[in-house]
Order: sequence, then C-alpha cells, then structure tokens
Amino acid sequence: MAVISYREALRAAMREELKRDDKVVIMGEEVAQFNGAYKVTEGLLKEFGPKRIVDTPISEAGFIGLGIGASMLGIRPVMELMFWSFSYVAFDQIVNNAGNIRYMSGGLINCPIVIRGPANGGTNVGATHSHTPEAILASHPGIKVVCPATPYDAKGLLKAAIRDNDPVYVMENTILYNDKGEVPDEDYIVPLGVADVKREGTDLTIVAHGRAVITSLKAAEILEKEHGVSVEVVDLRSIRPLDEETILASVRKTHRALLVEENKPFCGVDAQVAYLIQSKAFDELDAPIHRVSSIDAPQIYCKRMEDQQLPDVNRVVREALKVLA
Amino acid sequence: MAEIIDMPKLSDTMSVGTLVKWNIKEGQTVAFGDILGEVETDKATMELSCTVPGTILKIYAPAGSQLPVGAPICAIGKKGEAAPEPSAAPAPKAPATAVPAIPEKAEVSCVPAAPASSGSVAAQSDASRAKASPYAKRMAEKAALNVAALAGSGPGGRVVGRDVAAAASAPAVAAPSGPINVAVAPPADGKGIQPDADVPVGGMRQTIARRLLESKVTVPHFYLEVEVDAAPLMAMRESLNKRLAEAGADAIKLSVNDFILKASAEALRRVPAVNASWAGTSIRTHGAVHLSFGVALEDGLVTPVIRDAHAKTLKDIAVEAKSLIGKARSKKLTPNEMSGSTFTVTNLGMYGVTGFFGIINVPNAAILSVGATIKKPVVDAQDRLVIGHRMVIGLSGDHRVVDGANGAQFLQALKQLLEEPALMLI
Repeated sequence: MAVISYREALRAAMREELKRDDKVVIMGEEVAQFNGAYKVTEGLLKEFGPKRIVDTPISEAGFIGLGIGASMLGIRPVMELMFWSFSYVAFDQIVNNAGNIRYMSGGLINCPIVIRGPANGGTNVGATHSHTPEAILASHPGIKVVCPATPYDAKGLLKAAIRDNDPVYVMENTILYNDKGEVPDEDYIVPLGVADVKREGTDLTIVAHGRAVITSLKAAEILEKEHGVSVEVVDLRSIRPLDEETILASVRKTHRALLVEENKPFCGVDAQVAYLIQSKAFDELDAPIHRVSSIDAPQIYCKRMEDQQLPDVNRVVREALKVLA
Repeated sequence: MAEIIDMPKLSDTMSVGTLVKWNIKEGQTVAFGDILGEVETDKATMELSCTVPGTILKIYAPAGSQLPVGAPICAIGKKGEAAPEPSAAPAPKAPATAVPAIPEKAEVSCVPAAPASSGSVAAQSDASRAKASPYAKRMAEKAALNVAALAGSGPGGRVVGRDVAAAASAPAVAAPSGPINVAVAPPADGKGIQPDADVPVGGMRQTIARRLLESKVTVPHFYLEVEVDAAPLMAMRESLNKRLAEAGADAIKLSVNDFILKASAEALRRVPAVNASWAGTSIRTHGAVHLSFGVALEDGLVTPVIRDAHAKTLKDIAVEAKSLIGKARSKKLTPNEMSGSTFTVTNLGMYGVTGFFGIINVPNAAILSVGATIKKPVVDAQDRLVIGHRMVIGLSGDHRVVDGANGAQFLQALKQLLEEPALMLI
C-alpha cells in the first residue's frame, strides 16, 4: 500500500474517476493551467486536456450554475472552490438549485455534481476565508456533505461522491493537504453515510469530523498515557447522511460522550449529534454530553489568537476530563 | 385480546410492591377508572385504577403478596376468554396499562406524610429525585438497588455508573468515596470481634433510617418524664394472670405492655390533644386511637398497629398484640397492619433500661417510652422510707402539635391509670 498525502489522495481519486468515466470533468478557478491554487489538480490538464479540465472565470455563482446545468444533462462535474467560504456568493445555485431539482422535478432530473475545496480556519487568512459551512449545507434535505480527515478517506469519499447521483459537497482542509497516510493502490470507495471508529476505547466516546478527528486522536493518546483513560474516537466522515448507529453503538459502550468540531458552536454539527444521543441513548448516558468547538467569534486574524480559537489538543483533553468526572 | 396488568412502578425508587388488597374478583366486569386494589410501596399505599375495561380473567397475585415491579398481577379481557400465561420471569418495566391514582389519595398512615403536608416533603422528594445519571438509574434498577441510598462520586454528588457498579459487585469492600468515609484501622491482632465490612442495607433498615432521620430532623421533639408506682399494677397483673391460668390451658397471659397499651388508649381518651397529627397548615385530630407498638426483630424493628384501641378491652388488646407480635417475628405482617397509627408505645423495660425517649413515629404527635420496673427506696405518703416498685415513663412530643402542659396532662392521666389499674377495667 502506498503512503501518499491527502492532496495526492484527492488527485488520485479524480484521476481514476476521469479515466473510469468520460463524463467526469474538473472545473474551477486555476484548476487547469495553474495546476490548482493548492495544487490538488496538478498534472491533470496535461493528462486529460482542456475539454476535461476547465479553468473558469472568478465567478462562483456563474461557474457553479454552469456545473449544475451540465450535471442535469448527464455530465459529472467536479467543481473546485478555492475556499468553501466563496460558496456564499453561489448559495442560490448550491442550495436552491442543486439541492432541490430532483425533488421539484418529481425525480426526473438528477444533479450528480460534486463541489470540493478547503473549508477550514487556522491558516491566518481572515474571517471571510475561514468558513466551515458543513452544518449550514447539511441542514438542507437533498444535499450530501462529507468531511474527510485522512488520505484514505479523502480518496474513498471523493470517488463515492463522484459516483453518487445527488449533489455531494466535499469539505477539505488545507492544513491536512500534506498529511500522509496509507492508501490502497486498487480501486475502492468509502460509502457516504458510514462513520469510522478511528480508535477503539471503553471509557469515553469522542465524536469528531475533519481535522478535529486528528486533534481528538492526539488527545486520546494523552488521555491514555497521562490519565489512564481509554478513549474511542468516532470519525463521522459524512455529515449527511449521518451514521447514527455507529455513534449510538459507541455511546452504549462508553456511556460518556465528547463532541469535537472546528465549526462554531451555535447550530453546529455537534448540536445535532448531541440531540441524537440524548434522544436515542438517554438511558445510556452516565454524564452530560460536552462539546469542544471553535470559539464563537468571527475567525480571528491574529495567528496566535486563531490557534486558540480552534479546538486544540489541550482543550480536548481538559474537556474530556470534565466528561469523565 | 387479553391484557396483563403488571405491578406498576409508583415511585422512582420502587423495586417491589405489596398488593395490600384487591377490590375485584375473577369474572368481575371492570370499567375505566375503577379502583382495582391497593399497592403499598416503600413510601405510601396507593390505589390502582383500571385503564383497561373488560372482565377480570385471572388474578395472578393474591392480596398480601410482594412482587417486583413489572410482575403480572392480573389479566383483563373479554368475558370467557382464556387468561394468558404470564411469562415466568417478568422484566421490571414502567407501568404500561395501570396507573396509580393521584398521590393525594395515599392513605394517611405511618409512612412519611402525604404530599399535601409540609415538613417531610422536602426530604421525601430529595430521595425520589436523587441526583443520578440516566445510566446509573438504569443499572440500579437492574441490580435492584436504591439509587437514592448510594453515595455519588460524580460532579455535585451525582450517582454515576461506577457507584452503582461498586455497590452491586463489592458490598464487602469499603466504598471508594462518599459523604461518609469511615476510615478505621483494622484490629491490630488481626482477629477482632467481627469482620471489617460494609454490610448492604435491606429495605426495612432503609425505611427505619429514612423515616427516623426525617422525624428527628424535621419534628421539634420535646421530652417529659414521670415516675410511676408500679406495685398496684404488678399486683393486679399477678392476680389476673393467676385466675386466667386457672380458666384453661389456652388462656391468655397479660404482659406489662398490655396494661400500658390499654392505659395509653384510655389516657388518650382523657387528653385527646395528644391523639393528633401535624398536617402542614392544620392539626389533624383523630377520633380513633390506633395504637402502634415497637416489636424488635433480629434485623430491625417493626411497629404493628392495634386499631380502635380506645374501644377494646384489656383482654382484646392482649390477644391482638400477641397475634401481631407473632406475625411480626415471622414477617407475616401486611402493610395494612403496620400503617395508620395515631400513637406509639415502645418498651425497653425487659432489658432493664430504666428510662429513655423514643423518636416520634411520624405522623404521630408523640411516642411513649417505657422503662423497667425496679425496686428502690422511696418516701411514702407518711414520710416513711419504704421499698417501692418504680417505673419511669418518658414522652417525646411533637411541639408543633402538643405543648408541655397537655403533654404533662397526658402523663398525669397515664400515671393515675397505672397506679390505680382497676380504672382500666371499667
């Protein structure tokens, strides 16, 4: 099994799907000639040519609309957003059109579009470039949202997204692009809506997604070494569809839950997960559910302060010990 | 389709209920809201109202039986329908088809006061609303443990899973922590008089602990004492027992306690203010004297009740007391026979205790504590030093209901009756 980066895993997913299905096209700002703003699409123009790898104007509303229209006619576009923060100018396309067309056409029209790109804070790019809209988008029926945390999941989820017949929005993380991990050489997908137990444990369940999974795994190490606590880390991978059963099975085992996400807390993904746990596993809970999320303020520009704003290992350890009290 | 009615869970801490009585018979037709019977929990006696109209097909549990929550008690269905076979080991579960009547209907008894009254309410609701995690509550229910009796090690004293696990699995090992952490060195010679152990507390001991603590901390006790010349009583008892023994082999034998019970009932008739209960915003006076008396058992004590003692003869009281004591020792007392008292008598005279003061048996207004009759020098009416047979009697009174003066009047009346015991016979 090859050890490759998260960025290379995403590229491999697109490359394999471009080869497998000639309806797959890549579109976005700087994806072709510049090899991608974050070099995720590097080399694809050279290999697949300008009909499959298409540079677009700096107009998200325009090119996302183009992609949605193309997908309704049988193309399977993979659209890159330089930042998911820019999706806000294309919100009507992303939510209203892509999310509703299958329902409003009575199932006659599919919209197999994939929109991908980084959605994260922590890189000192300011409040307008650091949004994490997975909760906002997942609140719309008709839309699927995934947040891979590892190279393996990045490749498997992106391939599953491309093959899915509904709009799937893949939220990546620029801080993870250089993380390396084992990725199989053979074809595989990670099904949408299936969470993954990244670490098994018996005393506490941490539910996380995206980079918060990596933070939580590090916190779990410390909790085990320094506090003798056995922590299970559940990686949601898909925000919607949500794998309720894996979350509940873990809580039924450990009876305590800590939810970690890099989203802002208000109406975050974990607000929904907390509701799920208390409604379906109330009698299993031995302590109140706690959450660790980004501090509830516009993304702070000062790098040192922004580092504090995001959930870090220390904060996860501290909060875990509170749940375990 | 017949429905099986289960023993309902009538309080947070209830794990076992006693079917005090049935109002229905097999084959009888019942309508929605009919009172099927009464169930006594660790807290109160409650009516069981019918939520399934139909015919009583089968009564699985006879009156007087104790059953775990969730056990089948009867089946209701269509007339002529076969009664379903209840499964052998019913899992405890929440009431599905039978609901208790409103708590206000709880019998006024020696159980902690009904919700309408104040004082005891706080303590009672604290126990039933014990701070425990949902998981701990579920574990405790499975292990038939009272979660309210466990020491919580979680935040703010919350009982959590590990506390229940510790209580369920290792009762002999000292609890890791809790509000009462008894740290005592084991015997130096390794032998000691008994093992160092935490002995799990049974239902009776928990009831004693809860009720007496509640009484001692919520009822303002005051204490009066009087010394009685017991010589006439002893003389009369001896002569009566002699004659009774001559009457036949199955004759009754009167105990000192029987005289004291009879005299107490009579003294309460003369000073009825003591035969009352504090009811929060009122004082409830009782027309009947229902006399409760303490019976020591190996593992605790119970207080059976002689009903309408004011209307019973000395002989009636003696016969009934004997029967109740027998039932108490064989643990056959029904909840009904242990509830509803208006006054309580305790006696430690047989152990040579010369005088003491009991804790009031709520909702009684007073408790009488009887010491041993002992010979000692006394100065008689002619100022001569003579040998007296003296008995010290203590009265603990609830000062909300009874004042020093009427408490003293009661003891005065009692003293007169005991010193001139012939008065009891009329």
